[in-house]
Amino acid sequence: MTTQRTSGRRKQALAAAAVVAALLTTAACGGGDGGGDEGSKNGAAGFDAANNKVAQASLAKKGGTLKFAGTQDADSWDTTRGYYGFMWNFSRYYSRQLVTNKTEPGKAGAEVTPDLATGLAKVSDDGKTYTYTLRDGITWEDGKPITSKDIKYGIERVWAQDVLSGGPVYLKDVLDPKGEYPGPYKDKSKDKLGLKAIETPDDKTIVFKLPKPNSDFESMLALTSASPVRQDKDTKAKYGLRPFSSGPYKFQSYEPGKSLTLVRNTEWKQSSDPVRKAYPDKITINFFSNANDLDARLIAGDYDLDINQTGMSPQGRATALKQHKDNLDNPVSGYIRYAVFPQSVKPFDNIHCRKAVIYGADHVSLQTARGGPIAGGDIGTNMLPPSVPGAEGQKYDPYELAGANKKGNVAKAKEELKACGQPNGFKTTIAVRNNKPAEVATAQSLQASLKKVGITAEIDQYDGSQSPGIIGSPSNVKKKGYGIIIMGWGPDFASVQGYGMPLWDSNYILESGNNNYALIKDKEIDGLFDEYVTTLDDSKKTEISKQINHKVMEGAYYLPFVFEKFVNWRSSRLANVYSTDAYNGTYDFVNLGLKSSK
Amino acid sequence: MTAPLHEPTAETAPSAAEEAAVIGAEAKAVQGRSLGRIAWERLKRDKLALAGGVVVLFLILVAVLAPVITKLYGQDPNAYHEDLIDPLFGTPTGSLGGMSGEHWLGVEPVNGRDIFARIVYGAQISLLVGFLSAVVAVVLGTVLGILAGFFGGWVDSVISRVMDGLLAFPQLLFTIALVSVMPNQMLGLTGTGVRVFVMILVIGFFGWPYIGRVVRGQTLSLREREYVEAARSLGAGRFYILFKELLPNLVAPVIVYTTMMIPTNILTEAALSFLGVGVKPPTASWGQMLSNAIDYYESDPMYMVVPGLAIFITVLAFNLFGDGVRDALDPKGSR
Repeated sequence: MTTQRTSGRRKQALAAAAVVAALLTTAACGGGDGGGDEGSKNGAAGFDAANNKVAQASLAKKGGTLKFAGTQDADSWDTTRGYYGFMWNFSRYYSRQLVTNKTEPGKAGAEVTPDLATGLAKVSDDGKTYTYTLRDGITWEDGKPITSKDIKYGIERVWAQDVLSGGPVYLKDVLDPKGEYPGPYKDKSKDKLGLKAIETPDDKTIVFKLPKPNSDFESMLALTSASPVRQDKDTKAKYGLRPFSSGPYKFQSYEPGKSLTLVRNTEWKQSSDPVRKAYPDKITINFFSNANDLDARLIAGDYDLDINQTGMSPQGRATALKQHKDNLDNPVSGYIRYAVFPQSVKPFDNIHCRKAVIYGADHVSLQTARGGPIAGGDIGTNMLPPSVPGAEGQKYDPYELAGANKKGNVAKAKEELKACGQPNGFKTTIAVRNNKPAEVATAQSLQASLKKVGITAEIDQYDGSQSPGIIGSPSNVKKKGYGIIIMGWGPDFASVQGYGMPLWDSNYILESGNNNYALIKDKEIDGLFDEYVTTLDDSKKTEISKQINHKVMEGAYYLPFVFEKFVNWRSSRLANVYSTDAYNGTYDFVNLGLKSSK
Repeated sequence: MTAPLHEPTAETAPSAAEEAAVIGAEAKAVQGRSLGRIAWERLKRDKLALAGGVVVLFLILVAVLAPVITKLYGQDPNAYHEDLIDPLFGTPTGSLGGMSGEHWLGVEPVNGRDIFARIVYGAQISLLVGFLSAVVAVVLGTVLGILAGFFGGWVDSVISRVMDGLLAFPQLLFTIALVSVMPNQMLGLTGTGVRVFVMILVIGFFGWPYIGRVVRGQTLSLREREYVEAARSLGAGRFYILFKELLPNLVAPVIVYTTMMIPTNILTEAALSFLGVGVKPPTASWGQMLSNAIDYYESDPMYMVVPGLAIFITVLAFNLFGDGVRDALDPKGSR
């Protein structure tokens, strides 16, 4: 996830690092006998038992305290401002939307299902009007009903980027592309509901009027940023400290960076909510400063799962794989880890020089640097993540990165260098974040293999928290001569728009916070995105996604490393556990249960 | 460790050969011996210091001959050997971090680079930074210290306040900040070259007040001595007094402080590399290896032990040698 802004989310998703392959062979047995509900001796469901399937659903009991632990607090618990994937996932405990992601494992989890609304949108006017009717019995934590105006107000907050920065701005871009509405805090109208694109004819009806159709609009409404917020409870920039609950749990206490406790919202009615099961009585998060410490506490059974869901770090992973394999899942994260070549830096303006790097790289070595086939992922062969419709996985491998050229093809790289007019190779700089060991490892691997084809690469490790200003500034990239940038990206929602638009569409090239690092200005790609956005037919959308991916690969702007996987811990106490594509292969928090109500 | 308090000849000599040498030396210089000779004879009897000195010499040889050693040894410090890595855990296959006849100290996790070759090359960086930054500190410290002590007055005040200021400065933080804003290219250097250059300058620059204070203090007491008075009354110029009368008598403390400063500088370099602002990859450095090893301290402890030992042995050797030199040159030891 993460688009628009190079937010901290990617930062820490990147931390989902390293290692491991022999597991592949043992995976079959581990997963096999853990399939049933009885699980292993200690009650764990078995290796990969919750990966794209539900583990131990029947063992879930009402009650108990579900204990999360993490190393990184959310960027904000304000539904408008959060951009970390785990925050979106967790926010379903205390916030509801018109529609939300299905609480089902794997791909189905990325589909949308009605939540506050009685059904999916009635779309009319050639995809420009979306109408929803609200359910009966939906309430805030003080018992007052949730109205269509609360939803409108919650969505309007996205416009107040000056006060509530940080969250995704898809809704703003789609509903008000010209930026005419100033946001609720500068709204002159009395009820602060001046946004024209959303109409609320009565408390139970809400109508969205899009200036232009967008085929992913309903997915955008399923984002946390479309949650209702009640005007009299809006504490603006401080809302993230104590959001007002519309879901089954409410905030009891929160100390940023230390701990968070949710307790049952007694006003929430199961009958009004088709999605949430609300098993535990209480949900806690405790934050640690040290990842190794955190892993040790998880293994010791002090906590149930990692709130950050970025995978275990090498140390804990090694221990867990050796001794507690039944507590692990090895899902695909939806992220692609890659190197990208800014065309503003010579000689990467020449496609043949870009291809020389792609062919010269040792892809197995890059995979090992990411953590190997288990903790790193399969060798990446193209730029569409497996969770996005239209993805072909390793079947589409135009440069044979997972095939004939997987150890690097020196002869072919030299041919490309000749075609590029640099037969003796050239010098360039690899930019890599200093706070991501796995990224630094890939940079070093690339440096070592490129040396064999005559390309001398200097590694520049920059402050990872400053990415938007360093690699997100095309002028700085050019000045520093960053010919190769190491990065990673995951979809905000499962579509080529939610993944690739900020990366590949020329309209998204920004002065700062840019994510189109390659500076791709391809009319065909732009045209395909325009076409995608207005196409409502699913199979055609899939076809266009494929074409966009192919165009990007043919341009040789990217060298994909891996389709990322990670090793995720679940305690033996957990029941009804499954990974979902909605949140990049992490566990779906909202319906986790405990086996005992203690 | 104690310094021999008696004249060497008065003691029972530890070995006949040594005794013979001492007697021989005395025989040649019946009238008296230079400070240097006395010191050398004392140092020779300090076994620990000598051992330290030998290790130091050995390390210098290793650093200088690193390319030759790795060539004979047959491993490139930057070559990847991923076939030696267990893909499940990212750690080397085999026991003790993959130690074998081919890779004497094992290989690094994840990429399988040879640890022995990297340790040998790491010595280059450690010693280069350790020595050169000490040289910078010694030159600055001696010159400014002697000026402050000799001229006194406002010169002394200014230099002393600057020294106080520098001693109170958060050196490590400043270095980290400085390195991160340094351009990638300067003065014809790139990448690691720039980093090494900056480290030498910064460590040297923040190190000089230590020597400066000592030199200033010594100069203050020396300049009132009779022989200086005598030279002055004979009409000797300031610079003659400074360089011919005072400087030779400052050599001993300066040497002592230099030998004590080198290990500190080596540690500072290791710390900077550990924090990621030292040399750039793929250049090998002990501090960087230690920092990488943190993620594997349970699964591959040897990866942490080897560079740790390298730093430990180097610093210990320099310290032992430095202690010996100090004892040998200690003015209170005899005279």
